Amino acid sequence: MRKGIFFALSGVFATPAMAADLTVTVEIPRLDVAEYHRPYVAIWVENPDQSLAANLAVWHDIKMRNNEGTKWLKDLRQWWRRSGRDLEMPIDGLSGATRPVGEHEIGFTTDAAPLDKLPAGEYRLVVEASREVGGREMLRIPFQWPPAAASSQEIRGEHELGRVSLTLKP
Amino acid sequence: MKSSLKWAALALGIVAALPTAAQAHRAWLLPSATVLSGEDPWITVDGAISNNLFYFEHFPLQLNGLTIIAPDGETVEAENAHSGKYRSTFDVRLNKQGTYKMAVTGESMMGSYKLNGETKRVRGTAAEPPVIPAEATDVQIRQALRRIETFTTVGSPNETALTTSGIGLEMVPLTHPNDLFAGEEAKFRLLLDGNPAANVDVEVVPGGLRYRSQLGDMKVTTDADGVFSVTWPEAGMYWLQAMVRDENGSIPGTQRTSTYTVTLEALPQ
Repeated sequence: MRKGIFFALSGVFATPAMAADLTVTVEIPRLDVAEYHRPYVAIWVENPDQSLAANLAVWHDIKMRNNEGTKWLKDLRQWWRRSGRDLEMPIDGLSGATRPVGEHEIGFTTDAAPLDKLPAGEYRLVVEASREVGGREMLRIPFQWPPAAASSQEIRGEHELGRVSLTLKP
Repeated sequence: MKSSLKWAALALGIVAALPTAAQAHRAWLLPSATVLSGEDPWITVDGAISNNLFYFEHFPLQLNGLTIIAPDGETVEAENAHSGKYRSTFDVRLNKQGTYKMAVTGESMMGSYKLNGETKRVRGTAAEPPVIPAEATDVQIRQALRRIETFTTVGSPNETALTTSGIGLEMVPLTHPNDLFAGEEAKFRLLLDGNPAANVDVEVVPGGLRYRSQLGDMKVTTDADGVFSVTWPEAGMYWLQAMVRDENGSIPGTQRTSTYTVTLEALPQ
């Protein structure tokens, strides 16, 4: 009986050979503008051909009446094209409220969706931000999954995003 | 009475503008957005005939022949339609997810004949052809078919509204018309009466001429299967037009001009 459970579990974890952690830090920069609204932000993993590998987070206005905050999801243009337009937002575990100025960290492990289904390979982390009455910016960080060793990469946005980092731990 | 007079005047003006359309005036529909999200968004669409794209400077596009096809294939009514000095405008409520097609189609005949040494001009349509006396000579009748289209999508693009009618010159998108991006190639097929229209020139003109010195237009030609491709040099609104002349007018032996025009938007990467 115990053996049965053990084998069942090892089957679940069979695809990504080992456990690993992926942590993303996104800085929403302070902007000196007359009218400021928190940006919509999408964070996802793309394949080398830019197709979607895994959605990690979408920060959008989830509190408006009649789900009206979805009206601006298309301004996350690349995410909208690659994934968003095929989804029924909001989605539990993916949708989150827009974030204030500052650094925000989100973490994922191979124990849970969506990384539990991510096959080994070459990927890019994509972070796209779009701000009402403001601009849009998209940043990419390439990485190998699963990670062979602990690593941390960082990139800096110029307009709508500040520091974005990707930390991987085997 | 007044408004019917106005529409008659508009119709005449447009028929009069048709022969020169190839040289100068361009007819177009311009949607306020082509990619939308949300459950019940609206767009507003301008329609005009102008020299430069996409500016209101010459004539409103008459909306008599407007059809809006929803993502489920049903037709929906335009709301708040209005015709002004230089443009027409209408709104579309997009309460279904998927792709909408907006098309203004028209058909007209015009020509002339000689009777007792006098040249007479005539107008008509396929349904009400011009009356030519039996003893007339030098009869010349030309039929003009035109189709002016644009597309917009809420949520995930679909294909239902992209169905063609089999009449005149039409476009079947091979690349979805609301999935166009700067630097990427898009493919389309031209059909004439439902069959691939080979070796037809397509003019591609980017909008925003007021802020450029060069037209920046491109000419592409359809292959044996009627297929042409365009790589959008940059993001923006584009006007595409193709025209075919043949002898297949609805009065046997008369010349026919079929024109297809479409406004497409390429988005930045």
